[in-house]
Amino acid sequence: MGDSQYSFSLTTFSPSGKLVQIEHALTAVGSGQTSLGIKAANGVVIATEKKLPSILVDETSVQKIQCLTPNIGVVYSGMGPDFRVLVRKSRKQAEQYHRLYKEPIPVTQLVRETAAVMQEFTQSGGVRPFGVSLLVAGYDDNGPQLYQLDPSGSYFSWKASAMGKNVSNAKTFLEKRYTDDMELDDAVHTAILTLKEGFEGQISGKNIEIGIIGTDKKFWVLTPAEIDDYLAEVE
Amino acid sequence: MVGKNCFAIASDRRLGVQLQTIATDFQRISKIHDRVFLGLSGLATDAQTLYQRLVFRHKLYQLREERDMKPETFANLVSALLYEKRFGPYFCQPVIAGLGDEDKPFICTMDSIGAKELAKDFVVAGTASESLYGACESMFKEDMEPEELFETVSQALLSSVDRDCLSGWGGHVYVVTPTEVKERILKGRMD
Repeated sequence: MGDSQYSFSLTTFSPSGKLVQIEHALTAVGSGQTSLGIKAANGVVIATEKKLPSILVDETSVQKIQCLTPNIGVVYSGMGPDFRVLVRKSRKQAEQYHRLYKEPIPVTQLVRETAAVMQEFTQSGGVRPFGVSLLVAGYDDNGPQLYQLDPSGSYFSWKASAMGKNVSNAKTFLEKRYTDDMELDDAVHTAILTLKEGFEGQISGKNIEIGIIGTDKKFWVLTPAEIDDYLAEVE
Repeated sequence: MVGKNCFAIASDRRLGVQLQTIATDFQRISKIHDRVFLGLSGLATDAQTLYQRLVFRHKLYQLREERDMKPETFANLVSALLYEKRFGPYFCQPVIAGLGDEDKPFICTMDSIGAKELAKDFVVAGTASESLYGACESMFKEDMEPEELFETVSQALLSSVDRDCLSGWGGHVYVVTPTEVKERILKGRMD
């Protein structure tokens, strides 16, 4: 197609109606480490592979799952530095909301504002889109929620979703295993099994990360010891 | 003033410039939505502008969040807006009254730069505020039903504005319960 002639500038549409840079950004996401999220009846779980480039890296210093507010957490697939920038901006927006209304920000509002930031970077001069897709998990007055945000700035609410390297296998697995009345513990087990599907090497508490939020509305990242407990249950 | 699962918000009806009375039917209390009412005393132009800004913010909030603002949230918004103008303030004192979660009544007032004052029983604002404090303090009872609350608020309002030459020309009382809003106009000393 004549698409390649239009791939130099982000802000120019190609004849087929696509913004080629965003397609490339999605490719960057697709080659990132697998991450997934599952919404249960009483909470949400998000998980990701934590493959470090060498055994010399101190894995306790790397945290791929971050919390944006006490009741909202996020995980990504793609470029780590871009993720850090988005986390910083989202946290600031959540705090600004709280300063104005003295209320914790609803998940939908935070997702919408973060998506607006991602969209800005697809329509400004001299910038490139973010090379990450985010999975935002939160629990507010509307119950447990899971959203996926793409580099284009579009977002969707999912019952279960996966992104990154093994996305098609993971999604097929999730489609088969997902039930609407799943409890949080079942969801954690399903998440681990889904990660195991495409995992190269031995899975353990040290090379995956899991974050959960339940009816207590507190998002927290499981310690490697807790992950090992769940792994033992799954075996 | 707070009652049992209800609240009342009242104001006088005079609009004046020092000794000259401009209007005797001035609306000082406005509805933000069915469960939150705002009374603004002080400079009329600032009261109008502030009201317009708040309605604007609330409408956007309703569109984005698909729900009404809780009274506590609204009070915080008013406080933030007033403090934005810290060094060139709006010359008005808001009184905010609403029904929050589980129909619990919420009232608060603040000064012109946004210092919130929450109270469990009553809040007052305006030129007759000192008289109002005294009248409300002596007439207030806990857990009044809507009808009794109306009587109490009306008596407190009329007796206080009678002692203030800049307030008067009747009263406007709203009694709000979870199911209905009753608006009544009082006839007092018309001077």
